[in-house]
Amino acid sequence: MSAVPAERPATIRDGFRAGLPFGAAAVLLGLSFGVVARPVMGPEAAIVMSAFVFAGAAQFGSTAVLAAGGGAAAAIIAGVLLNARFLAMGVAYAPSLRGGPLRRAAEGQAVVDASWALANRGGGRFDRNLLLGATLAQYPAWQLGTVVGVLFGDAIGDPRDLGLDAIFPAFFLALLVDEAHTPRARAVALGGAAIALALVPVAPPGLPIIAACVAAAAGAWWRT
Amino acid sequence: MVAHVSAAWITIGALALATAAIKAAGPVALGGRPLPPRVTAVVVLLAPAILAALVVTETFASGRSLAIDERAAGLVAAAGAIWLRASLPVVVIVAAVAAAAARAIA
Repeated sequence: MSAVPAERPATIRDGFRAGLPFGAAAVLLGLSFGVVARPVMGPEAAIVMSAFVFAGAAQFGSTAVLAAGGGAAAAIIAGVLLNARFLAMGVAYAPSLRGGPLRRAAEGQAVVDASWALANRGGGRFDRNLLLGATLAQYPAWQLGTVVGVLFGDAIGDPRDLGLDAIFPAFFLALLVDEAHTPRARAVALGGAAIALALVPVAPPGLPIIAACVAAAAGAWWRT
Repeated sequence: MVAHVSAAWITIGALALATAAIKAAGPVALGGRPLPPRVTAVVVLLAPAILAALVVTETFASGRSLAIDERAAGLVAAAGAIWLRASLPVVVIVAAVAAAAARAIA
């Protein structure tokens, strides 16, 4: 899916171009967020959340908690758990960053699922330009989608009737297929999925995703 | 609704700060230095583990309960589109159409 040439160093423009399909998907995801969030938190808050949190799963998750009357603390915990995977992604990405701590902290903000997966060059190496460029393509798309969803939510109706809730799993499946090239990676994917499913009934949302990282550790130790 | 407004703003502020901190932690603590080989071996397998977990939780979880609903139809359709080498926007639209159709029938 990502046709990024590996021979020459990638530019931010390469990353932007490679990120455009993710941007197109992000418009639809952002749109469904805008539709879902506006009745819960109001139009301004929905737009501000997309601008400053910029993390789909966490935004949907914490909004669902607020909609259920769960309160701010529960919503924050849900969002943090759903974003905790960025800690692991940041650890993976860190050796590919240069410069002082402030610059590295700033560049770390560009880590989102699709960009991180796209920039993964294998062997623990990540392409910084690809990651930045791909996120630059997705950020405005996420904002545009949110604004459209907030403004036209009434005309759009229930996003579930349009099947918009099926976009997220499809998006992640496409990313996964790009990553699961080796038998080991496929075994880890199955293990991660099994762990996550087993924990859904007993753990708060987000935690099953973090626990799935155990499958990566097990896969690394498993000798073939 | 009004009761939720301030809770929403508190949530947004806290989540924005927490997300920034989570994303900064790894790069600040470890930036520019190679990870130990044992850690790298785990890191290369994080993507399939995390992405697979996201696929199944976004498809089958509703809060703390598991269900097979129209999202599963969307996922199956998406898998078909990926297998046919469709581009990502096509894949997600196929998933949405399949889920919407399944919901309209049901």
